[in-house]
Order: sequence, then structure tokens, then C-alpha cells
Amino acid sequence: MIEGIFIEGLAYGIMVLGVFITFRILNFPDLTVDGSFPLGATVMASAIIAGWNLLLALAIAFIAGWIAGTITALIHNKLKVPNLLAGILTMTMLWSINIRVLGNRANLPLIRQTTMITWVRSITAEVMSSHMAVLLFFIIAALIVKLLLDLFFLTDLGMCLGALGNNEQMVINQGVNTETVKIIGVSLSNGLVAVSGALIAQFQGFADVNLGQGIIVAGLASVMIGEFLLRSNRIWVLTTRVLLGSILYRGIMYLGRYYGYYINLTPSDLKLITGLLIIVSLIVTQLRRQRSYFEREAKVHEEESV
Amino acid sequence: MIELQNVTKVFNPGTPNENVAIRHLSMRIETGDFITVIGSNGSGKTTLFNLIGGTHTATMGKVLVHGHDVTREPEYKRSRYIGRIFQDPLLGTAGNMSLEHNMMICSYKGMKSLKLNLNARKRKFFREQLKALHMGLEDRLKDNVGLLSGGQRQALTLLMMVLSRPELIMLDEHTAALDPHNADLVLDLTTKFVDEHKLTTVMITHNMHQALKYGNRLIMMDEGEIILNVSGKEKQELTVNGLIKRFRKIRHHDIDNDELLLT
Repeated sequence: MIEGIFIEGLAYGIMVLGVFITFRILNFPDLTVDGSFPLGATVMASAIIAGWNLLLALAIAFIAGWIAGTITALIHNKLKVPNLLAGILTMTMLWSINIRVLGNRANLPLIRQTTMITWVRSITAEVMSSHMAVLLFFIIAALIVKLLLDLFFLTDLGMCLGALGNNEQMVINQGVNTETVKIIGVSLSNGLVAVSGALIAQFQGFADVNLGQGIIVAGLASVMIGEFLLRSNRIWVLTTRVLLGSILYRGIMYLGRYYGYYINLTPSDLKLITGLLIIVSLIVTQLRRQRSYFEREAKVHEEESV
Repeated sequence: MIELQNVTKVFNPGTPNENVAIRHLSMRIETGDFITVIGSNGSGKTTLFNLIGGTHTATMGKVLVHGHDVTREPEYKRSRYIGRIFQDPLLGTAGNMSLEHNMMICSYKGMKSLKLNLNARKRKFFREQLKALHMGLEDRLKDNVGLLSGGQRQALTLLMMVLSRPELIMLDEHTAALDPHNADLVLDLTTKFVDEHKLTTVMITHNMHQALKYGNRLIMMDEGEIILNVSGKEKQELTVNGLIKRFRKIRHHDIDNDELLLT
């Protein structure tokens, strides 16, 4: 059970890293995620059925997600549409595309197919239990993504992306085309989301066009839960926090799913709980912000009087 | 170096809110100039900056840089040779990023690449630059800029702008939001940088004394027009009272802006 929480937390955690990039770093609330997550899953599943190399299939899933993000950013930039609407447009169009990718069906099972999961299980069959092997696989996958992201945000472009969400005027003043940077950020985010979708499809053993329903809300809840855990301005702490938040969120969902019946909860109540989690997080953050504002004010006055 | 030819800017043309912010304005900024711009609220000072900087596109007329027409060039491209500081100290820096990351982003203009340029040598360089500000910022490279005071942030913005050696700097009342002590500090720093790096400067100010004290040219704006343009010896001999008299002579009424007179 505990492995299950960690596995889900890390696999969805890659998606949460993507959501973190748009919502927190770029300040670009991007709803494309609800479409790019199943896009990753459908692309991966179709490629597996077609017998492609698994790593190549994962790379193509990433590229597909990247393109979805590019489309959202382009709609926003060129047609001057609010980012929320741009995301909804792409997300809606992706639903049809996902059905096309699966070959005009809504669901594609991966029974008796070699996936990354079955492959990992088979090569480690003699050394560890299949649960542990899968857990190890997702730890490594999430760590690779996290470390690459950490590195990216230390490059000049990565820093610029960070500044854009914070102060667009400053980035313009540096002679940088903010539209290009936005495209890169939103595309990268959706690429990660698609990779997460591709991994989840293999873990669950099927791809479904409705996999993405409510994924953005789950991602946002995970980001917010993570923010209670650690405070820092270092990017490696922030990405760690995102993964921890994702694991914690899956833990809460797990409790709701398995022990919720004591208080008459059914699995269909989980979305309500996720929404409430976000609302509670928002309230707590707001109270904290007010408090820290007053504290800072008091500090400034102290310094001035010295 | 920069020339405005008969520029007009109309906001919301054809609507009841139509507003002519700049009327048939022509001016030249020569390399090495330090121009101070005064005028009451709504006289078009900031719109003038927006037209030079590319935030707005002129409705009529042309903006030339070194003889090239840049009237339709977007703001981010013009920012590669123009540095600009706003009244709001928050606009020049990214508050939730560290000092060193802010400085790294500003150390060169143009699109950023996937290089890891922030290394020990760069940090040492940043530290040396910050030392010259005498604000103790050299020990706070890892701190978030949001923790700094308004004066410190504006001084940092100034320093970061100078790092990229712009051909023209535009200061839009950049000390107006600061307390008097910090305002003096930032203004001293400004003149120091301008002298050191021979920066071509245009500075908007609400303060007549400042406008007279600094720079080699003074421009007074009213209702979207330049009504006074003095330089050299004529500017040196000008006083606040002289300015007010000149205004009355041109406009046939007194300056009706208390802010301009009180400071």
C-alpha cells in the first residue's frame, strides 16, 4: 500500500512538475494539462501496440505534449486570448485527437504487451519483489526529470523563464521576446505532463481518453500541499517540494479511497475533497501572507529606527 | 542619435475617449546628452518615453535611431540598446528571485540560451559591482530581491541597467517613489554612472530644482508639446522663477500644477 502511494505520487509527480512550471513559475494558468496528460498516454499506448522502441515512444509522447503546449501558447500570444481560454480550447481539441490516436476508440488496453513496467519487472524478477522494482523505476524516472529541470532553471534561459512569471516588464527590458519564452515554458510543461501520462498508462495497463479529467486540479492541489512543507527560493528545493506534495496528495487520496467509507465517503467524492483541499490551502496561504506582511513591515520600521 | 519626426500619438481614436497625448512633436537626442524633462501630469512625458522605448507605436510620424526607422520595432528589440527605469521600484527587478539570478538575467541583452553562465567568476564580478553601491548588498547575493528596500531595489536596477551598457537610458521619475534619503542616494548614483560610462540620458522629473541642477538640456512639456527646450549656458543661468516666467510667457497662464511648484 505504501509503495502504491509512492509510485503514484512520483509518476503523477512528473505531471505536477509541469503544472508547477506554468502555474507557479510562469504565472500562466494552463488547462491544456487535462488534454496533454491523456495525449501522452494515448501516444505511448498506440506506440506500444505498434511495437515501437519504448524509449522512442516516450520521447514521442514528450514531443506530442510539447506541441500541445506550443499550440496553447500560440493561441494566447497571437490571438490575444486569455491563457485560461487558450488552454481550454487546446484541451477540448485534444480530446478528439486522443480518440484518433487510439484508432477511433476511447480506450486501449495494454494486456500482454511489453511496457516499461513489465520490462523492469522481468529484469529484476530475481533480485526484488515486483512492487519494489516498479517503485525503484519511478524513483529513478522522477529523479531524472527533477534533476534535469533543476539544471535547466540554472541556465540563463531558465532564469529568464523564472523572471517572466514574476516581472514581465523586466524581461522585456532585457531585450527578450517574452512570447518566445512563454512558448518554451508552456511547451516544456506539457511535455512533462505527457511523459507522466505515458508512464501512468503503462502502470495502469491501459490508455483512456478520460484519464486527464480533473488532472489539473489534482496537480494544483499537489503543488499547494507541497508549499506547506518547505520554504525556499532555491529551485532544487522547490522541485523536491513539488514531488513531496504529489506523494502526500496521493496519500490523502488513498486514505479517502480505502478508509473513507467509515464516514460514508465514496470514490466519487474524491474530486470534491481535492477541490476542498485547494480551497483550504488558499485560505491558509492567504492568512500566512497577511501575517508575514505585517511581520516584514514591523521589521522595516525597526531597521529604520535604528 | 535618436530623432522623433513630427510624432503624434492618439489614444482611443474615433471614440468619445479620444485623447491626443503627443502632438506633432519633433526632437533630437544627441549622443552624450543629459536631458531633463519636466511638465505637469498629463503633459505627455511618459507617453514620450513609451514612444521612444517602443511600448506604444506612434499614430503619425517617425522614430529614428542612428537614422534607421524604428517606429514599428517592438519594445523588446529596442530594449537591446535602450535602458529604462520606472517610478515603481518593483518593475526593474524580479522580487521572488535571488540577487545573483536577477543580475545574471540583466548582464547581457537579448534572447537567453541554455548556457550555465552563473559561475564563481561571475559571482565575484557581481560582488565587486555591488560593493560600489555601498549598501552591503555584496553579502546578499543569495537573498531574494523582494527582501530589499525600495531604495536598494532601485539602486540595483540602476546597476543592472548599466551592466549591459545601453546607448540611451530613460529615467521616468525613478526617485519619486522613494523617501528623501534614498532618493538622494539613487540620484547621486545615477549621476555617477552617467559620468563614468558617458551614458546618453533622458530623465523625467517632477522637481524643478533637479531639472535645473542636472543635465545639459532641459525640456518642458505641456499638453503633448515641447514648449521649452533650453541647453548650454542658457540652461545654466535658468532659475525656478525664470522657468515659471517663461511658462507664463508661452502659455499666457500660470503653471497650475502644485506638485511641480512645491518641490
